[in-house]
Amino acid sequence: MFDKLMNFPKWFGDWNKNNPTDIYGPIIVMGVAGTAVIAVVALLAFGQPFATNSLQTGPRGIGMSVPEFKSDLATPDPGIAALAEIGEQDGDIIAAMQAWTGIPNLFEDPDSYQTAVAGLMISMTQNINENWDGHVNANKQVGVTCYTCHRGQPVPSEVWYSITPVNTNMAGWSANQNRATSNSQFTSLPSDQLETYLVDAQAIAVHDLESRAAGIPGKDGYPGIQHAERTFALMNYFANSLGVNCVFCHNTRAFYDAGQVTSQWATASLGILMVQELNNDYIVPVGALLPEERLNPRTGDVPKLACKTCHKGYQQPLQGTDVIGNWPQLQSTDAVIDLP
Amino acid sequence: MITEYQNIFNQVQVRGPAEMGTDDYGTLTEDRSSKTGFSSLLGWFANAQLGPINLGMAGVVSLASGLVWLNIIGFNMLAQVDWSISEFIRQLFWLALEPPAPEYGLTIPPLNDGGWYIIASFFLLFSVMAWWYRAYQLAAEQKLGKHIFWAFGAAIWLFLVLGLFRPILMGSWSEAVPYGIFAHLDWTTAFSIRYGNLYYNPFHCLSIVFLYGSALLFAMHGGTILSVTRYGGDRELEQIIDRGTATERAALFWRWTMGFNATMEGIHRWAWWFAVLTPITGGIGILLTGTVVDNWFIWAQEHHFAPSYDGAYGYDAYGSYEAFIGKE
Repeated sequence: MFDKLMNFPKWFGDWNKNNPTDIYGPIIVMGVAGTAVIAVVALLAFGQPFATNSLQTGPRGIGMSVPEFKSDLATPDPGIAALAEIGEQDGDIIAAMQAWTGIPNLFEDPDSYQTAVAGLMISMTQNINENWDGHVNANKQVGVTCYTCHRGQPVPSEVWYSITPVNTNMAGWSANQNRATSNSQFTSLPSDQLETYLVDAQAIAVHDLESRAAGIPGKDGYPGIQHAERTFALMNYFANSLGVNCVFCHNTRAFYDAGQVTSQWATASLGILMVQELNNDYIVPVGALLPEERLNPRTGDVPKLACKTCHKGYQQPLQGTDVIGNWPQLQSTDAVIDLP
Repeated sequence: MITEYQNIFNQVQVRGPAEMGTDDYGTLTEDRSSKTGFSSLLGWFANAQLGPINLGMAGVVSLASGLVWLNIIGFNMLAQVDWSISEFIRQLFWLALEPPAPEYGLTIPPLNDGGWYIIASFFLLFSVMAWWYRAYQLAAEQKLGKHIFWAFGAAIWLFLVLGLFRPILMGSWSEAVPYGIFAHLDWTTAFSIRYGNLYYNPFHCLSIVFLYGSALLFAMHGGTILSVTRYGGDRELEQIIDRGTATERAALFWRWTMGFNATMEGIHRWAWWFAVLTPITGGIGILLTGTVVDNWFIWAQEHHFAPSYDGAYGYDAYGSYEAFIGKE
């Protein structure tokens, strides 16, 4: 058929008929081998398209490292360039705060709720810079300003609300989990981990420090499986907030063991205490100042902060950019800002 | 070219009168359906004959109570999304029927906080046990050994440990596994983390050995039999009682490979024991967790098999963040 179509001479078709050959086996072998050769040559010529770098975080041989795609590492946090664009505003802290928060008329109306909220937020920023040095400046002097969270937006991104119960037809642990929510980071883990640990400051650890510890789950401080799931939800939120994995802080074979954690674990622990204080002393009181449309429409909850509100997926907010250097007005609780 | 016989996709499908099965007492067909059919599609993968099925009273009871279990879960999930079918589909993998909260211990909780879970679990228990009984009954009717019944029993042991024995020993239904796609995976992770890393539980180790060993044995046995099919080795039963060249060659292959070979009969005992020991040892490991040992890593340290590693913790000992993000 083929040879007739191509107008091949008759002997070609006869020869093929008289010499039947299994061509399919060799075709498959050649195809597989050829594809492999092309793939290898392409990899050698153009390089690994999904190349990663990794940051070793513990003794070698136990897989403690944080991997990142090289392409991601080559892209700086866009917030850094946006901050450079805002610039120093000639040292005018009011103009700077207006640009950082994206509220051009901030402080112009003394009776506005925004002015009242801003006053509280200035105290919070000063408090962070003065008293939470151990967390914020753990690696080097960087400090925080309004911009660290706001990034030019009146309401910072990555704030969260209490959204439990996630359904009203169930009660207890059936009503706070098994739903894809932003709080649960779209897992089926509990969605109430942020309010439980970062506002109510309940115990995060679930492990027994003896090989045998008698107890009944849920009684006498013996944590049940559900408590472990809620802790897992918090840890998963941490990891997503910082763009890291478990082994950034823990040797995962023994999560609880203080002898096998990294120095970043200590920094993160301070961060937990800091967020608890900030939410309770500043953010919850802000709820009394905000108009209703700024609260969660379903639960009426005030927008709260946690790791991701500042970190936004990076190990260090704005990848370790010093934001406080030129702003002594925000560095100490004693500093006074002359409001217009 | 002669037609080929291949072992997964059969190109040859033998069609005769339907095989209706033995009827030693003249009463065995009572529970059996009488309709049979042939399916070319089924025939590609296995036997083309569909039916007769012998569901029996135990099978009907099992399927019915299993259906009740499934529906209780489904309607609880629907209730959780306010009876929205589209949300039910969208959230299906996230939704779950959770066991009671810990504060209820072993008492019966309210329906919306684990009560439905207890009821559903009761139906599941009944369903599984009826199916187990059926496995015995069908084997007995055909005068078979009870090997499949006991193998299913090994799986049921693990199922009972997870949902019945261990929660009772722990004093709380809250320790049972939730019914949900992601939820039961969350439970598995949380269970290991809560009790200090299940990888340091020796019975967990054994269970993994038997699980992976089962896969290895299955591949070795399947490969061996397929490779001697051309000598009639696929007629394993004949080869067991009347060893032929297929058996000789298969045995020789393994003796040359590792100096030792299973027998045509014994390989099936290897496979059966590896398979049943997977859930048996796994169940023992689960049962000991939280009842005898609460932190497996510390237990491993006390028994001197958790190694220590030299070297600092924290990336500052190995590099800098600035170098990592290319700022240096």
